[in-house]
Amino acid sequence: MFRFILSRVGILIPTFVGVAIVAFAFIRLLPGDPILLMSGERGISPERYAELQTLLGYDRPLPLQFWDYLTGLLQGDFGNSVVTRRPVLEEFMTLFPATLELSLVAITLAVFIGVPAGVLAAIKRGSWFDQITMGAALTGYSMPIFWWGLLLIIFFSGYLGWTPVSGRISLLYYFPQTTGFMLIDSLISGQEGAFRSAVSHLVLPGIVLATIPLAVIARQTRSAMLEVLGEDYVRTARAKGLPAFRVVSVHALRNALIPVVTTIGLQVGVLMAGAILTETIFSWPGIGKWMVDSVFRRDYPVVQGGLLLIAMVVMVVNLAVDVLYGFINPRVRAR
Amino acid sequence: MSLLTIKNLSVTFQTASGPFKAVDGFNMTLQPGEILGIVGESGSGKSVAMLGLMGLLPPTATVTADEMSFEGRDMRGIGARERRRIVGAAMAMIFQEPMSSLNPCFTVGFQIKESLRIHMKLDRKARHRRAIELLEAVGLPEPERRLKAYPHQLSGGMSQRVMIAMATACRPKLLIADEPTTALDVTIQAQILDLLVDLQKDHGMAMILITHDMGVVAETAQRVIVQYAGQQVEAQGVETLFTEPHHPYTAALLSAMPERATGDRLPTIPGVVPGQGDRPNGCLFNPRCPKADALCRTVVPPRQDETLGRALCHYPLNARIGEAA
Repeated sequence: MFRFILSRVGILIPTFVGVAIVAFAFIRLLPGDPILLMSGERGISPERYAELQTLLGYDRPLPLQFWDYLTGLLQGDFGNSVVTRRPVLEEFMTLFPATLELSLVAITLAVFIGVPAGVLAAIKRGSWFDQITMGAALTGYSMPIFWWGLLLIIFFSGYLGWTPVSGRISLLYYFPQTTGFMLIDSLISGQEGAFRSAVSHLVLPGIVLATIPLAVIARQTRSAMLEVLGEDYVRTARAKGLPAFRVVSVHALRNALIPVVTTIGLQVGVLMAGAILTETIFSWPGIGKWMVDSVFRRDYPVVQGGLLLIAMVVMVVNLAVDVLYGFINPRVRAR
Repeated sequence: MSLLTIKNLSVTFQTASGPFKAVDGFNMTLQPGEILGIVGESGSGKSVAMLGLMGLLPPTATVTADEMSFEGRDMRGIGARERRRIVGAAMAMIFQEPMSSLNPCFTVGFQIKESLRIHMKLDRKARHRRAIELLEAVGLPEPERRLKAYPHQLSGGMSQRVMIAMATACRPKLLIADEPTTALDVTIQAQILDLLVDLQKDHGMAMILITHDMGVVAETAQRVIVQYAGQQVEAQGVETLFTEPHHPYTAALLSAMPERATGDRLPTIPGVVPGQGDRPNGCLFNPRCPKADALCRTVVPPRQDETLGRALCHYPLNARIGEAA
């Protein structure tokens, strides 16, 4: 198992360098640069522009700039934001809990609704439940996130007035960010109504971000379950006289989950991509919104560093999924 | 009282192209401790009839029978809960593919002990003791270690031994063995058959052995049923079946045994078992029967009496003059 993890970590290093190159190059392909955008409509004198370029090091050849960036990275220095002057890593760490909280809520919704829905649809194959669930899954999967988010806001926030439109908690409440998770912090604060406010802010973005993973997980679970239900060992389990519930929930589900776990791991990338849109729609102060804002400001270090850190999160989660995979599938476990 | 009585069992599958009768009028009785062989090619309805008895067919199958009783209990329309109390306990089954019949995600111990917990309500320690005892009984060395093994760590023969241990865990009165040796190496086949016969004698359990290997039948069974295209074409005691087959299909199966072949080439039965769309008129075996004539091709054959092995044939073989209908 240790060697397995080590070999997977070995793959992470070239991936990391690759993402660094792509992030570095792509943000510079966009027209404009941070100095031009900061100076705004008033414009900037050529002398001042050159001065600032030298100050930020953007006048040097690109390969040299990249080398400096890379050596900085290896020392744990992700650079400073051009706009706020604060270290990129520090900003990331401040904002990441908001995204993490949202993503955890989304993936929890997706798994705990998607897996049972997929199992039920497989058992009742061809029934109205199966058809409605799979139809809904396809619709959810096909619906653009921003459109779906706007529809929910219009209905639940605008028409029904049940949920707030944006942010993580009502401005009425103020308490220290102990864990960075609003749900937990609001509980710790003991302020009346704070937790309710946090939940009501989280519901819609959570649903929006969960939709695509939920659809994918439900469909994957259904097809894996259908395949497994036709296996000989499921017949053996029934031939033992086990109750139907045990046959499905123990003998079949354990096998069907193997491909589903891989899918769940892959959804982390989808979540991060979805977080960018979801956070922008709901003004959720997480790294998704941070990244979008930084792209508009051409804040090179933030975009580069943010992309790298997000990529690292995705890679680490996938590594964790691979390890988990070994636990649920004895055939992969080291001999 | 006989252990198992089945009269006129039929199994029909709903398929995309209409209903398909996989088993048509299956009859049998089985005494306690008896070994019955059911032979026939693939697609002759041997397994389906037994799966129907066990209640293991998919929901697209409809099972009907005039009688289907096990230990005097009517198995037709039996509730799921009550069936579960019998299936896996008094009536157990082992399958053709031992490697895929064990759940790859659970240890051998888990899978054996599960039956013991559900049916016999044994406590943890007793389950462990009984599981080791069972693995010893099926001839697996190092039972303690095997209990912790996963199915992918076992060979085909070992897997089938585990399946047999699982099936006999609750001391069944009837063991249905559905081609238990087909997927195994020839050397292992004999070992598994010997094991089954030994266990059958030790426990005094009855056994139904489904196979398409006439040699296996000759070695183990006392009575034989021959199935063809869902129909029972002959039923006889094993000795007389081998010396005096009454249905041409039985005779053809016997002459296709390598042990009996005399010429340079092994005789075969030309053609295949008819499927859903290509059922012939008259006798279902007529396109492949060397003796078939116009009558066979048009009129469904009658069921001969006991002395002619209840053969489903217009012209039963080995009939003494005056006996044929």
